[in-house]
Amino acid sequence: MNISGQDFIYGCSAIGAGLALIAGIGPGVGQGIAAGQGAAAVGRNPGAKSDITSTMLLGQAVAETTGLYGLVVAIILMFVKPFG
Amino acid sequence: MRMMGLPMIESEPDFMIHGVLKYHAFGQELWISDTTVGAWIVTAALLVFACFVRKKLKNVSESDTPGLFQSGLEIAMEALENMTQGIMGANSRRFINYIGTIFLFILLCNVSGLFGLRAPTADFGVTFLLGLFTFFIVNYQGIKNRGFGHITSLFKPIPILFPINLIGEIANPISISLRLFANLLSGVIIIGLWYGMMPWFAKIAIPAALHVYCDLFSGAIQTYVFCMLTMVYINDKME
Repeated sequence: MNISGQDFIYGCSAIGAGLALIAGIGPGVGQGIAAGQGAAAVGRNPGAKSDITSTMLLGQAVAETTGLYGLVVAIILMFVKPFG
Repeated sequence: MRMMGLPMIESEPDFMIHGVLKYHAFGQELWISDTTVGAWIVTAALLVFACFVRKKLKNVSESDTPGLFQSGLEIAMEALENMTQGIMGANSRRFINYIGTIFLFILLCNVSGLFGLRAPTADFGVTFLLGLFTFFIVNYQGIKNRGFGHITSLFKPIPILFPINLIGEIANPISISLRLFANLLSGVIIIGLWYGMMPWFAKIAIPAALHVYCDLFSGAIQTYVFCMLTMVYINDKME
């Protein structure tokens, strides 16, 4: 089987895109911790449920950013083909 | 890789931006794309809504009993005021117009996936422009309120941190625009993959749940986060 240099670069880009999505681990752990702490806070102080929920969602949305950077890198590798 | 503007091939997922009309200007080949058309539609909808509200509320006097429409608008306005007041305090009156405008625009862009448009905010050109607005407002307020101190604050607490502070300032618009863009793009890709690759029986009720999560929930949260961070960045430069 002959693999041209171009195909090799595309294959390596696909592998790189898969590796870039390892970045999803961090936000998963972070959002889980935030949700767990939020649940504990609601358990201690059920009256402040709305405040706790909005703060938790805001923090989670910001924590999600690093994972989304991984997604952007993967999308660029797959579709923009900067090395092809 | 398909080129822009070619007709959609069946059974292949489709989530790219398509060109609608090609034109030449300034020696460049430019496209009017899905994004542009979507942003026009969103703007037109907002304008029509604004004219409607103005026509409806222009002749309201204080003695009238507010109807359902007016009460709903007042509740929404109060929520917006509370949101800006909570972060910016006394300065909120000056920025409530801008925050309200970008809030409505981003929210309507995000939920426009429900109406069959490709969300305009799933294009980095749109979100980066919104991030640049934030960047310019933040730096204008910094120079206006602190004068030369806006520059020297980059050398604090010790001068050797200048490159890191500079990168931190420049990264702000990029990070908030990438956050909005990537969230919407992931929603567009997931929904596009589902519609493009699933067999017909999987397209009956399940996409509704996907639309609720990706368009409504994620879109509303990201709108809130964008406005919140814009206010926080502006408020940092106000004292």
